[in-house]
Amino acid sequence: MSVTEMFSYIQGFLSADQDIREDIRKVVQVLEQTAREILTVLQSVHQPTGFKDIPSKCLKARELFCTVQAQIADLKTKFPVEQYYRFHEHWRFVLQRLTFLAAFVVYLESESLVTREEVTNILGTEVDREKGFHLDIEDYLAGILIMASELSRLAVNSVTAGDYGRPLRISNFINELDSGFRLLNLKNDPLRKRYDGLKYDVKKIEEVVYDLSIRGLAKEQEAEGDK
Amino acid sequence: MSKREGDGGGRKRKTESVQKTDYSINTSSLLIAAFKVFQQELDTKHDKYERLVKLSRDITIESKRTIFLLHRVTSVPNVEEVLNEADVKLDAVRQKVGQIAEELRGEDLYQFHKAFTSGVQEYVEAVSFHHFIKHRTLISLEEINARLVFMRHEKMDTKVGAEVLWPGTCVLTFQVTHTDYLLGVADLTGELMRMCISSVGNGDMDTPFELSNFLREIHDGFSYIGNTGPYEVSKKLHTLRQSLSKVEDACYTLKVRGSEIPKHMLADVFSSRTALMDQDEGVP
Repeated sequence: MSVTEMFSYIQGFLSADQDIREDIRKVVQVLEQTAREILTVLQSVHQPTGFKDIPSKCLKARELFCTVQAQIADLKTKFPVEQYYRFHEHWRFVLQRLTFLAAFVVYLESESLVTREEVTNILGTEVDREKGFHLDIEDYLAGILIMASELSRLAVNSVTAGDYGRPLRISNFINELDSGFRLLNLKNDPLRKRYDGLKYDVKKIEEVVYDLSIRGLAKEQEAEGDK
Repeated sequence: MSKREGDGGGRKRKTESVQKTDYSINTSSLLIAAFKVFQQELDTKHDKYERLVKLSRDITIESKRTIFLLHRVTSVPNVEEVLNEADVKLDAVRQKVGQIAEELRGEDLYQFHKAFTSGVQEYVEAVSFHHFIKHRTLISLEEINARLVFMRHEKMDTKVGAEVLWPGTCVLTFQVTHTDYLLGVADLTGELMRMCISSVGNGDMDTPFELSNFLREIHDGFSYIGNTGPYEVSKKLHTLRQSLSKVEDACYTLKVRGSEIPKHMLADVFSSRTALMDQDEGVP
């Protein structure tokens, strides 16, 4: 094989690779749009008015997740399934966002941490790499960490909206989450950087809880509830 | 006053949180259990990654040594001997690549690609340099991959012998990616430049021209790919241009000086010059 032949063979491969990436990029763009729509729906829970109809917001978000499933199914057709990590960078970010959104919805519904299986059910992906298009564990964890900062915001805003009980529950939840993450031996990677941000979320929520406790506000509401 | 209040608040908070943890002990242990699974999964992955990095480093070191060895062909009378010695060294490197292939069995190559890409590039560089000295052509990607097929029957027999129906049929392959191949070839040009300069110094009149033609071909190939290729490739294109112009300049000088004096004398000029240079370096 001459040098020229060799290079044109490689060029052929490279342009095929570019084409696949272009296709993936298009689908991912649509997926990002849907993710933003879901985020917009969920953002209204921070509004004092939105506090009352959290369940309906969650339902609406769940509906939009059906669209996500369809789009992810479309994404799956764009590349050979065993080459997931070759193109991983393209959808990594959006999958983290979607995990965050799914985790947030589940938290709002049941105040518990979404499992990896649940996320994969909501998004329409697999858990195991062997079975096909899956959710990478680091992306799942990153999504959970994004939710943590969203919850610290929710703690602040729920006080503003007059709900003094929620911050305490969020505080417990985040503390558990923190001790969970402490178990992991993270390398010096993006996930580690994300995790380093968790302590600020913890701190912020603790401040809210402190403010409520020192003024007896949390107790007050519990007493009201008893009456 | 305020201090006491603060203390009181703290105590209250403490009792509260104790109650809360009691209440949520079930969910908490579930969460912790889940994270223990994640811990294991991440550790396994990181360990594998580290092992691959280590292998890659070994491959890099051995490949670099092979390249140094190959550079000796310009100054040694028996080229064949050097080539054989290099081939033995490369075989050892291939064994290491085989270990990478073993680590990657059933895995997604691209998941760990970053861990071993530099080693593989270095190997491509060494093996293509060897190939060039021997055949004066560019080794193809198929030829590289064809030598990265490993038989692993012994190990399979002892480890999971029961599951293997036909022992000895286990074949492991390692595929060098197109990008790694390209980057390795780009590095090769640097070695060729060095070889060209040193062969001029040794009075070899044909190799420089041969090398400059070959380098030009590679350069044309890379220009053909241009910016469509991966980012790293376009970065190396600059170094490639520099190497090429050094070689072209050397050929130019050879031609100009060659017209002045007869060939055998030109060789003397170059070799005495290098001898002088060696002396200069030796004195201080």
